[in-house]
Amino acid sequence: MATVRLTRNYRFSASHRLHLTDLSDAENLRLFGKCNNPYGHGHNYVLAITVEGTVDPATGLVVDPAALDTIVHHEVVAPYDQKYLNLDLPDFDTMTATTENIAANIRDRLRAAWPASFPALANIRVQETKRNVIELPVIEEVV
Amino acid sequence: MLISRRAEFSASHVCRSAQLSEEENVRLYGPGANINGHGHNYVLEVALEGTPDPATGMIYDLKDLKEVMMREVIDPMDHRHLNHEIPPFDNVIPTTENLAIEIWRRLEPQFKSAPARLHSVRLYETEDTFVDYFGKE
Repeated sequence: MATVRLTRNYRFSASHRLHLTDLSDAENLRLFGKCNNPYGHGHNYVLAITVEGTVDPATGLVVDPAALDTIVHHEVVAPYDQKYLNLDLPDFDTMTATTENIAANIRDRLRAAWPASFPALANIRVQETKRNVIELPVIEEVV
Repeated sequence: MLISRRAEFSASHVCRSAQLSEEENVRLYGPGANINGHGHNYVLEVALEGTPDPATGMIYDLKDLKEVMMREVIDPMDHRHLNHEIPPFDNVIPTTENLAIEIWRRLEPQFKSAPARLHSVRLYETEDTFVDYFGKE
C-alpha cells in the first residue's frame, strides 16, 4: 500500500499581543515592535494540517476528510477563531502567542484528541501573514 | 538539490466505492460522490532531485521536464473525465491520493536514465487540499 501525505488548509482570525512581563516596556517594544501594541492586533491565520499514512484500497483515501475537518474545527478553529488569544485562551496565560507557540499549541491540542485510527499527524504549518510562516514537522518526511 | 515545475489540468471525476453503501459513500466523499461527477482545476508540482551539471549549471533541462509532464500527464488528462477515459480509474477511485500515485507511476520511468530522479509529486485538488507522494509503496 502506498504511503502519501495529505494536507488541508483551515483558516481562523484572531488577535494577540506579544509581550513578556519580565522585560521592560522598552525591551518589549524593541523585541516585538508593532506586535507589542498594548491593545493587540489581529491576523487571518492559515493553518495547514498534514497527515501521513497508507491509502485505504477500498476508499482510495488516506483519511476520512470529514473526520479530519471535525477534529481540526473542534480542537483548533472553534477555540481560536474570532478570539483574543492572550485573554480568551488559558493556554496563552503564561505563553506568548507567537506563531511558533501557536503552532506548538495546535500540535498539542491535536495530539491530545487524535484518534488511534487516524494516520500520523505529520506536519503543522501556520501562516500568520503571507510573509510569516512557521513550519512544525511532527514526524520525519517519508522520502 | 531539488528542482520543481508546476502544470495545471482540468478534469472531472466521481468518487464512489463499490464496497460502500449509498449512505456511506455520501458521508465519506460528500458532494464528491455525485453520480454525474464534478471537476477540478488540478495543479501538479513535480520535483526532481539531483546535482547541477557543472557544464550547464542545471539539474535537469526544464524544457524537457515540461515536455515529459505534458506528454505523460497533462495532455492525456486535461479536459477528460478520469473515471471514464483514464485507466486505471475505471477500476480505481480517482481520489487525490490515487491520482497522485498514478501520476508518479507515469512519470517515474521517464527519469530512469536521467541525471535526476523523481523526488515527489504534489497534486492540488483545490487550493486548500493537496497530496504529496514520494514513491513509497
